[in-house]
Amino acid sequence: MQFDFSTIAFFIFSLIAISGALGVATNRNLFRGIIWLIVSLFGVAGLFVLLSAPFLAAVQILVYIGAIAILFTFAVMLTRSLTRLTDRFNRLWPSAIVSGLFFVLLVVGVIWPVWGSTNAYDVPASDVVRTTVDLGVVLLAGEGFVLPFEVASLLLTAAMIGAIVIARDADEEEERQ
Amino acid sequence: MVPLWMYLVVAATLFCIGVFTVLSRRNGVAVLMGIELMLNAVNINLVAFWRYNTTIADMTTPLPSELNGMVFAAFLFVVAAAEAAVGLAIIITVYRNRRSVIPEEADTLRG
Repeated sequence: MQFDFSTIAFFIFSLIAISGALGVATNRNLFRGIIWLIVSLFGVAGLFVLLSAPFLAAVQILVYIGAIAILFTFAVMLTRSLTRLTDRFNRLWPSAIVSGLFFVLLVVGVIWPVWGSTNAYDVPASDVVRTTVDLGVVLLAGEGFVLPFEVASLLLTAAMIGAIVIARDADEEEERQ
Repeated sequence: MVPLWMYLVVAATLFCIGVFTVLSRRNGVAVLMGIELMLNAVNINLVAFWRYNTTIADMTTPLPSELNGMVFAAFLFVVAAAEAAVGLAIIITVYRNRRSVIPEEADTLRG
């Protein structure tokens, strides 16, 4: 492994992603937790760029940071009064031990024996990468992913209608009538 | 380029932080944020395996298998967006009915 620009960028983006995730996990103030979530998602978008998937990085920033993080912000504002913004931990040490053991199991038991001990995956398999144009072609090709694509759009519509129906204030509607 | 296992370790770290968030936080919104972290870790894994495992054939029309990692990640975005929308709607409704966003206090269905 030689230390070129992409290696340095990988470590920077990993540091951003992991420290943002740690901020989400440990910050008591939920608003600050959302800011840390945005930081973490931005780091993951950088990793996507390094993995030659710029379209996914753009979607990550547009959908996750632009939509989902704002959705979380609204949920916090709608459910918590500003005086009760902080929350406490629940079962702190058991969950820390469980997730730490899970991490050790993943790294020692799965990742290192299967993919770390061989040199086969030190470099990407191919220098050429399929572009966003190819992604669009494959998503809409008949022998490609056109059926999952339509199912995904159906899922999005169902989720949108479901979210509206669930979050609608039934009492308020009755009062208005 | 860094080897594949480094991406996998970063993704595993993110996933375990997400697991810790889901298990330890009392607030329902924070639990959903942990789930988003876990979905992001899965996304990194999908794209990394795609990048390090797919050999691109020299053809102008792409085979579907040459792009499956990116396609799976795109579908995961869809699932994550749907999950966040419905989950936050449920949390808002529970808060409206019970004045609480703590998942353990929503125990109407407990026998």
